[in-house]
Amino acid sequence: MRRLAIAIAVFVLATVPFWVSGSFYVNVASQILIGAIFALSLNLLVGYAGLISLGHAALLGVAAYGVAIILNAGFGHVAAIIIALAATVAVTAIFAILALRTTGIGFIMITLALGQILWGLAYRWIDLTNGDNGLSASSRPAPLGISLASANAFYEATLVVFLLAVFAMAALIQSPFGASLRGTRDQPRRMTALGYDVWTIRFLTCLYSGFWSGVAGILFLYYNEFVSPHAMALSASAEVLLMVISGGSGTLLGPIAGAALVVIMKNVASAYIERWNFALGTIFVVIVLFMPEGIVPGTVRLARRLWALRKRTDIPVAESGQ
Amino acid sequence: MNLWLVLTVNSITLGGLLFLLSAGFSLIFGLMRIPNLTHGSFFMLGAYFGVSFVLWFHIDFWLASLLAALLVAALGGTIERLVLRRLAGSEQAQVLVTLGISFMVADLCLMEWTGDPISIDAPDALRGAAHVFGLAFSAYRLAIILIALLIAALLWALLDRTRLGAMIRAGVDDPEMARVCGVRVSQLFTVVFCLGAGLAGFAGMMGAPIFSVYPGLDSDMLPLALVVVILGGTGSLLGSLVGSFVIGFLYNFGQALLPELAYFVLFLPMVLILVARPQGLFGRRAP
Repeated sequence: MRRLAIAIAVFVLATVPFWVSGSFYVNVASQILIGAIFALSLNLLVGYAGLISLGHAALLGVAAYGVAIILNAGFGHVAAIIIALAATVAVTAIFAILALRTTGIGFIMITLALGQILWGLAYRWIDLTNGDNGLSASSRPAPLGISLASANAFYEATLVVFLLAVFAMAALIQSPFGASLRGTRDQPRRMTALGYDVWTIRFLTCLYSGFWSGVAGILFLYYNEFVSPHAMALSASAEVLLMVISGGSGTLLGPIAGAALVVIMKNVASAYIERWNFALGTIFVVIVLFMPEGIVPGTVRLARRLWALRKRTDIPVAESGQ
Repeated sequence: MNLWLVLTVNSITLGGLLFLLSAGFSLIFGLMRIPNLTHGSFFMLGAYFGVSFVLWFHIDFWLASLLAALLVAALGGTIERLVLRRLAGSEQAQVLVTLGISFMVADLCLMEWTGDPISIDAPDALRGAAHVFGLAFSAYRLAIILIALLIAALLWALLDRTRLGAMIRAGVDDPEMARVCGVRVSQLFTVVFCLGAGLAGFAGMMGAPIFSVYPGLDSDMLPLALVVVILGGTGSLLGSLVGSFVIGFLYNFGQALLPELAYFVLFLPMVLILVARPQGLFGRRAP
């Protein structure tokens, strides 16, 4: 049943270019997938480690700038991707070492400030980043000789990476490491007493999250063929956090749904609603007030209540089963 | 006039403004444990309100800034009562809601006041230069420094010398125990939130003749307030004061001397402080 559902979902996703008309919507779908990879990486921290990062866009930015700078220096795609990912993980390690000195609000504030540092560097270090004008890198790689220049080809390639990301996330969450990670979220003291090294578990999770943010950043660069400091701004970090929390942190589907909501709002609704930023803000306030656990768990809860027509169980979906 | 002297005066001015902005942020953060990400929006709203009073209704600058502060305080109180109150204890929800509101405020401001920066002159009496020790300073900047110091003294008197202040301090230190002792902590929350929002709004109007008012002012100021509070320690007035002036100097001197690395210079001391003293310079270690 579960496998069938997954197979159907993959089939539907893979055939999006065939039943969606026009490259505009295929591009929107690519953006959703990139946003979803990014949101999933943040979800690992927010949902499973209980650490809210407001500087994640900086990690995406490091990867995107990394690829752009190395490509513009005349190197190939493989070198660019490898170096960019390594740089992102290295930056994540510095972030984590500094931010993991605290948890809770302190973690939010430190990641926010660190994110602003990198944003400031991207904005001001004009020799390296070309400042506010941004950097363009007008070539997409051609894995196995397949050109990704068209919207459809790029979408399919993004989908492959997206499925890999979902698989990698699911594998981590279901592993014993994932269980100990949830332990550090819920009962850090008990985990310490049980002999787990809480700091190291959190640190490794940060690195894993940073790696996938880097992957999202590379896709982001290849999709836009351009990166500017706006990609690293506080509003970008906020946006991805909103994807995670609105969709439902601590679930696999939640951040994907959240990414779809935000990207669709941004691209499609903004054509009809003039003030989409206002609408976005309103939606999030409403979600927090009326569906505080996020859209996916909230809908599941409502559906279950309707289905069973009995007193609802108080076990949140996020913790009962993955 | 000497470049260094100009930079110093500008630094102290910015420090004063940052103090007005971050004192409230620090109290809200310290007392209510709310990471109030709308604080930058309060600053911007105060500036827009005040500027509009002056330009549209020709109200006196000082009266306009007081009215703007009151309006923003009322708005802050409304947000606290209607929204934040329901989310006590849930940081994730608070972060999301305050960010959501700041998006809404930013968009409403863009709609009402358009994307063009609005500049405003300093009040007539302070327009020109003031001569101190034979040197000419911008009178308005000197006035801001004096006002900030005056408000710092008033806040200190409020927190340290009044019954309300004692209750707030008790609430910052140990909210549960304060409740047990009969302090109505939830009412304090509203009072502190209004106070913090009002101060931010006031600071916005004070800053308007210097920065002018533009969309994005909110997200320019919020990180500065954050750094001040992290540097100084949450819930500490002295911490906010010292942190504000440190950041004021770093920001201005960084911009002038190392423009490429200005933000790096700004955030580096915060990082160093965090490594050495995670609770901030004057903060108390969390229980």
